[in-house]
Amino acid sequence: MTVSAVARWLALSLLLAATLVASVFVGAADLSPGEVLAALLGRGDETTRTIVLNLRVPRAALAALVGACLALSGAVFQALLRNPLAEPYILGISGGAAVGAVTVIVLGLGVQLPWLLPVAAFAGALVAMGVVLRIALGAGGALDTRVLLLAGVVVGAFFNAIILLLLNFADANTFRAAVFWMMGNLSGATWRSVSLLAAYLFPAALVLMALARPFNLIAVGEDTALYLGTRVGTVKLVAYLMTSLLVAASVAVSGVIGFVGLIVPHALRLVWGSDHRMLLPASMMAGASFLMVTDTVARTIAAPAELPTGVVTALAGVPVFVVLLMRSNK
Amino acid sequence: MMSTGQTFATNALEYRYPGQAQPAIDGLTMQVPPGSVFALLGPNGSGKSTLLKLLLGVVTPTAGEAHYLDLPVGRWPRREYARHVGVVPQLEQITFPLTVRELVSMGRYPHMGAWRAEGSDDRQAIDQALERCEIVELAERPLGTLSGGERQRARVARALAQEPDTLVLDEPTAALDIHHEMAMFELLVQLARDDGKTVVIATHNLNLAARYATRVLLLDHGRPAATGTPVEVVEADIIGRVYRWPVTIVGHPGPGPDIGAPQVVPLAAASGGEGSEGSTGVSE
Repeated sequence: MTVSAVARWLALSLLLAATLVASVFVGAADLSPGEVLAALLGRGDETTRTIVLNLRVPRAALAALVGACLALSGAVFQALLRNPLAEPYILGISGGAAVGAVTVIVLGLGVQLPWLLPVAAFAGALVAMGVVLRIALGAGGALDTRVLLLAGVVVGAFFNAIILLLLNFADANTFRAAVFWMMGNLSGATWRSVSLLAAYLFPAALVLMALARPFNLIAVGEDTALYLGTRVGTVKLVAYLMTSLLVAASVAVSGVIGFVGLIVPHALRLVWGSDHRMLLPASMMAGASFLMVTDTVARTIAAPAELPTGVVTALAGVPVFVVLLMRSNK
Repeated sequence: MMSTGQTFATNALEYRYPGQAQPAIDGLTMQVPPGSVFALLGPNGSGKSTLLKLLLGVVTPTAGEAHYLDLPVGRWPRREYARHVGVVPQLEQITFPLTVRELVSMGRYPHMGAWRAEGSDDRQAIDQALERCEIVELAERPLGTLSGGERQRARVARALAQEPDTLVLDEPTAALDIHHEMAMFELLVQLARDDGKTVVIATHNLNLAARYATRVLLLDHGRPAATGTPVEVVEADIIGRVYRWPVTIVGHPGPGPDIGAPQVVPLAAASGGEGSEGSTGVSE
């Protein structure tokens, strides 16, 4: 590893550690750093320990995992579609997963069959992906950027309409739960959701990172990838399945959180280039940091009220993205 | 098919695009001998690119077969094939920032697994490819800052980094000025002559093909209009008929090793010259 590569991983690790510490030590409950530290070591009073160990730490961990999932899937979509604007939210795939999740909630099946919600979210993500790719390919043969984004927006709008339709038949409690999914929110974090997401993320991330070289080639061109020894069809199939899984799993635990998959890989590409062997793990680390920061803002800026995390990522993310885009066009 | 010793060989090869009545490649039998500089010529839409796609396994024949080294192209494991055949495709739209070295190092991927880092032999192959294409000093430059000629040389370097026996190029000089076009053909000939590589090049430049190729295949509507040495193929009546334009043929005036090579001179439409007799008669 070169000096600059060591510096890069060191910087990302420090950022990750710093944001993790910040999101555990900063919160709506007025706790001093000493109290938090004591709680982390298993000392201090009962309430503080509960706040720190059962609320703040799992929430920070969940934010980190969701951020990693979304940034990783964004980076993979961008390579597969050769399009810097591809992202699970923009492509309507998060929306598809949300339809699956909300359907399970509205039908009242979530309580008896807890495994059904992630499965339905996964099915919704796959359907959304299939429809978007079908529209984008059918309209022009090649994957045209504008057609692809338009397809994503249209499919996303359609799924939103379905969710609103489902909500018409829902009672007040279901309504609240469903809106939670549409706005993106990490307040439901538990150790159970953390371990669920970790069980999806790490195997999928390993598979996707093993495909980093094929992604480098596909980002240049699918024919080029074939000429350089890649079984393009197989790689794409595996990658779409893995990313759908990641998006579905994050939607199942946190709802629809947009723009993380757009901003994080884009920023990293501008600074460090596009080698996916670097980009995929770097996106996971930076995505984890990004969502921990935005979630900390979401739960403290209007304390004791909490903002939906998805709203904060969009408010923070869109201007950052516009600036990055304008700078890259110079 | 028995062993032919040919680099590429096709037998009654046919490819029909879905929904098309007319096949793009229509019962083509041809051979590319090892060590040759093989030029694939023909008007727009004559099937050059489709033939390359069949030889490279991008599409599967609808009838007949295409072989590389006596094995059907579809039966080659893709990584193994990529260690034998380096390709410079016609069009690549590079969306993300990439340096020349990063692009060229992709040529080593067929030699590496998923996790193995670049070894010293990989770095050596990359350096040699950069040197061969005279782009050593451009190695750290982003591709977006290069001229068309430089970018094309970077893509040839990527193919050379594969250390292939065979190079296939689809109109590699389409957007290049004469300096870069000449340099490209000279490089390809050197690779065949000095390194014993087989070079297959699809091109619209009849005159450079006539000067540098050892074998020529002229395609017309997916069928061979003529095949052989440049002198056998580049004739006024053949070229005039296939391209439906009056031409005359002159010998290259020299100086140089290719003095006397047949050179195509297209005539003005109203010239009524020697070449126009045969050609205007068969226009559709």
